[in-house]
Amino acid sequence: MTGAPLVVLDHVDKWFGDLHVLQDINLTVDRGEVVVVIGPSGSGKSTLCRAINRLEVIQQGSITLDGQPLPAEGKELANLRAEVGMVFQSFNLFAHKTILENVTLGPIKVRGIKKEAAETRARELLDRVGVGHQAAKYPAQLSGGQQQRVAIARALAMEPKVMLFDEPTSALDPEMISEVLEVMVDLAKRGMTMVVVTHEMGFARTAADRVVFMADGAIVEENTPDEFFTNPQSDRAKDFLGKILKH
Amino acid sequence: MNAVLDNLDAYFKAFGYTIFLFLVAGVLSTLLGTVLVAMRVGPVAVLRGAAATYVTVVRNTPLVIMFAFFSFAAPIFGIQFKWLQVHVGTFDFTAFFGAAVVSLTLYTSAFVCEGLRAGVNAVPLGQVEAARAIGLPFGGVMSQVVLPQAFRAALPPLASVQIALIKNTSVAAVFGVAEATAQMRTFTNSFSSERFGIFVCFAIGYIVIVEAFSFLATRTERHWRVAL
Repeated sequence: MTGAPLVVLDHVDKWFGDLHVLQDINLTVDRGEVVVVIGPSGSGKSTLCRAINRLEVIQQGSITLDGQPLPAEGKELANLRAEVGMVFQSFNLFAHKTILENVTLGPIKVRGIKKEAAETRARELLDRVGVGHQAAKYPAQLSGGQQQRVAIARALAMEPKVMLFDEPTSALDPEMISEVLEVMVDLAKRGMTMVVVTHEMGFARTAADRVVFMADGAIVEENTPDEFFTNPQSDRAKDFLGKILKH
Repeated sequence: MNAVLDNLDAYFKAFGYTIFLFLVAGVLSTLLGTVLVAMRVGPVAVLRGAAATYVTVVRNTPLVIMFAFFSFAAPIFGIQFKWLQVHVGTFDFTAFFGAAVVSLTLYTSAFVCEGLRAGVNAVPLGQVEAARAIGLPFGGVMSQVVLPQAFRAALPPLASVQIALIKNTSVAAVFGVAEATAQMRTFTNSFSSERFGIFVCFAIGYIVIVEAFSFLATRTERHWRVAL
């Protein structure tokens, strides 16, 4: 199975009311691959990302993870989500739990790992993302960049097969963006399979194996970052890159 | 006033029953209300409907009718509390006390449920999504993330519900529990010239209990605010 792709979206369609937000999406993510999804606002890239762990329910097509189709509800779905790390735009750290508890909650409650072992592992991860000294604090006491790095540690604590990033730096002040991106680049280097929705073109250039460009709910173009940024094929992509790279 | 001062043991014992009623019904109604709110916001439509119906029926029924039901009607269907024979010191907890606790618990739990539901609605959706994303099933999402935050957000209305419960225990006076209001009636019957003083004494008793509870609630609220 190791050669088989990890995430496969096959003819996926989704509507919000009349709005066709995902149109016949076909996407394959291989093990260890870093796929960056870019595109204008409202192009469906966040919805695509969230569909992979079924935070958004699709109406047609299929999504498989490691060969298994996404379960509909209940325990099986929860088990699948445990295998998929997710990092949100607004961090979503558990507000009533300390930084350490945020990271140990999943391992203890979902994986059944002993508290001491979970805490040891959590401290390692917090050190790795550079917020080890904040373990006893509450999320509200941390800066946005620190919170997002904790969120990454929280997802990593579950030892996921794939990590989903839904615009992880869009809610951050400019000087905090790089500290989060550094952690993500490091993660990519360690061979983590990643799907990253972002507006950070620098990250796409340095860390991505493949860039997926979406517009109006459809995948318009897919290419290596080099090819995509220097030689975009579609008018839609040329127009988008023209707007964002001008400054 | 002397009527009460000369019979302080009866006065305190009566408020003892009031406090027991409050503590038992308070804990049970909080537990039941928490289960109800989990049903109401849960994924199972039948449970959602059942909890919503329960809240509608119970919340719209006067408390006295709940008491009357469990005192006079329920025994006909075999629901009775004769098995309850607990004696703690000079306190006797029998069928009347059992019926009172059940009435107060069922009644108050509907309000706890609605107060908590306001708290649940105040928890940002992102918290729920993050909890789901680490693989917590519905029960884990509720118990680990949503309800702890909902309790914090809903503490002021929940405290009001419990304060209402303290005062609602007085209804038990009519249904055979020798709590404060029943004792007050005994006093006013025996010492009819001192009615005013007797009323004042019992009012003070209720005020002290409610204020002590409010103090705890406010302190808890402040403690949680520091933690957040």
